[in-house]
Amino acid sequence: MAKFKGAIVVDIDRCKGCEVCIGACPHDVIGMSSEVNIKGYKYSYMVNPESCVGCANCAVVCPDGVITVYRKRIEQ
Amino acid sequence: MKEEVLSDIINVENLVYKKTPLMTDNILSYCPGCGHGTAHRITMEVLEELGVWKDTIGIAPVGCSVLAYEFMNVDMQQAAHGRAPALATGIKRCWPHKVVFTYQGDGDLAAIGTAETIHACNRGENIVIIFVNNGIYGMTGGQMAPTTLPGMKSSTSPYGRDVHIMGNPLKITELVAELPGVRSVTRQAVHTPGNVRKAKRAIRKAFENQLKYKEGLNFVEIVSNCNSGWKMTPVHSNKWMEENMFPYFPLGDIKVDGEIVNK
Amino acid sequence: MGELKLMKGNEAIAEAAIRAGVDAYFGYPITPQSEVIEYLMAEKPYETTGMVVLQAESEVAAINMVYGAAGTGKKAMTSSSSPGISLKQEGISYMAGAELPCVIVNVVRGGPGLGTIQPSQADYFQAVKGGGHGDYHMIVLAPASVQEMADFVTKGFDLAFKYRTPVMILSDGLIGQMMEKVIMPEHTPRWTDEEIIEKWPWATTGKPGSRERNIITSLDLDSGRQEQHNIHLQKKYKEIHENEIEFEEFMCDDADYLFVAYGSSARIAQKAIKLGREKGIKAGLLRPITLYPFPAEAIHRLAKQVKGILSLELSAGQMVEDIRLSVGCDIKVEHFGRMGGIIHSPAEALQALEDKIIGG
Ligand SMILES: Cc1ncc(C[n+]2csc(CCOP(=O)(O)OP(=O)(O)O)c2C)c(N)n1
Ligand code: SF4
Ligand code: SF4
Repeated sequence: MAKFKGAIVVDIDRCKGCEVCIGACPHDVIGMSSEVNIKGYKYSYMVNPESCVGCANCAVVCPDGVITVYRKRIEQ
Repeated sequence: MKEEVLSDIINVENLVYKKTPLMTDNILSYCPGCGHGTAHRITMEVLEELGVWKDTIGIAPVGCSVLAYEFMNVDMQQAAHGRAPALATGIKRCWPHKVVFTYQGDGDLAAIGTAETIHACNRGENIVIIFVNNGIYGMTGGQMAPTTLPGMKSSTSPYGRDVHIMGNPLKITELVAELPGVRSVTRQAVHTPGNVRKAKRAIRKAFENQLKYKEGLNFVEIVSNCNSGWKMTPVHSNKWMEENMFPYFPLGDIKVDGEIVNK
Repeated sequence: MGELKLMKGNEAIAEAAIRAGVDAYFGYPITPQSEVIEYLMAEKPYETTGMVVLQAESEVAAINMVYGAAGTGKKAMTSSSSPGISLKQEGISYMAGAELPCVIVNVVRGGPGLGTIQPSQADYFQAVKGGGHGDYHMIVLAPASVQEMADFVTKGFDLAFKYRTPVMILSDGLIGQMMEKVIMPEHTPRWTDEEIIEKWPWATTGKPGSRERNIITSLDLDSGRQEQHNIHLQKKYKEIHENEIEFEEFMCDDADYLFVAYGSSARIAQKAIKLGREKGIKAGLLRPITLYPFPAEAIHRLAKQVKGILSLELSAGQMVEDIRLSVGCDIKVEHFGRMGGIIHSPAEALQALEDKIIGG
């Protein structure tokens, strides 16, 4: 069965820490950093990178368009 | 996940989503979680996918999105408060083969610009109007808008909108749907992935209509949040929007191909 | 060669617009200028030259349609009369700020408020001092004949595009409604889209891959940059002053007294001067053709020659303030004018010269 592994890259300094992406992720991949970026916002990152399937839901809802999404087909 | 696996995935050939180059690299001036950013981005994605950005002229309103031209990487004009549909008329009449759209807030479109909106719609100007309804005046600090809900608090309705004194929220979208000049009317949202995808399809349809039919106005309302004006966290404001805004401003198509489909 | 016609001033503006290759006219009916849009609608230039003619829902909408069209490098114009011009002030200020070229015709009627539909020159301040908000000026042309109504359309657009600024043709109900012989210019073709894109690199005509996006805006939230923008505008106005002042002198060579009058008042002043000369009163006329920039130096020069100046205006006295600022010496400068739509007669004007300047 083919399976997809995904990954997101967050443009940290453009993230405004709104957390909208967190709820949009069906696999609870995303969490917020404890650090802040240059603008003083906490930023999102993959807390559970293994669970990411690259569905791009987070990127699609991110108001600031800071998430880039990759997805790779993994044969099993 | 091990580092090497991650670097194996993060690779151009595996790219599935990336900010469109039709959004500039300027940092959006919007508050965290504000739907304006998403509405901008999907509009630009549509122009990119349709391949018409070279022939597009957009119009920014007065409101939080006054600086839309800093973010949308197409030729843009900035209009006086409420006058965007008049500018669009002037442009489209002179350049009928160009793609013309306005991007406006509720105060801009449904209060000060009501006349310009209704008459552009009534003349069937062959443009797209993207109307972001957040029920409040965001830019000026959270005053009552024509679309502020009954009982909803704002800085100029601090005890809640009293409809006997302040009037009822204006459903301008339903109003313009009645006009023969308007080809399509839809109401969308951009707070969940599903809604964003739907809204984007609706915007695409609106622009396709503009390209295909040489007359008729296509109107897309996006019910959105203003977490600053509503004084909520972004996530909470989206929930509040679902519970309070959507019952008053129900999502879905209102007019398709000149026929009212939902009153 | 042009074509000789007998026309109303308002019609001459409309016909001249078609012939000048104007791309778009947006207007709203108001007396005494409705003939402009009526003539255009009857002539249907959209079928011949391709000129857009549209009746807007208001003067506010009309000027903003002009803004949109002008922002794409098209020759766009509007016309109205006083109350309608008040409504256009927002748009004019935005166009001045965004540096957009256009021609606005004001066929002035008496005010304030709804006032009257009869001729007046009481919108002088509004026209030359700014009118809308912010530090700006329009170039203001004052036609005194039907011929000039026609000629100033082309002239107005030349200046508007040369300086990227709104230009006003400040007419009045008399010139607008009056019929006269006029030589209409030959047809100038409208610019093609390609010509516009080449001529006006600032225009929002759609962003090709080869250039940055164009933005038409009057907004800059950075005070430093906004000040620079204002300094740039002021430099432009200075340049306009240096290059574009126009006026006409009538019997000034031997004049002891001077009328200063524009538009319809200038015609009356000429008659008053002839009446005066029959009585041995040697008066002359300086007729500003550009009200902004104002012919201050010419007035300054003539002020050294004459014993007194009478400003003749269909108003309570507005231009007289600019004359007083221009004279620079100690001679009498007074105003005479009727209001409310009443037009002074040449005899009245001469009497006023005798009473206020010669005798006073
Ligand atoms: C003529 C004029 N009146 C008032 C204002 C002040 N003003 C700026 S934005 C705005 C309200 C904008 O609200 P809306 O259109 O709902 O957009 P939002 O900021 O909520 O996105 C107002 C009243 C103005 N700029 N110009
Ligand atoms: S939605 Fe975007 S801006 Fe908001 S927290 Fe997630 S990545 Fe950051
Ligand atoms: S004030 Fe409201 S509408 Fe404006 S950017 Fe902030 S959240 Fe968005």
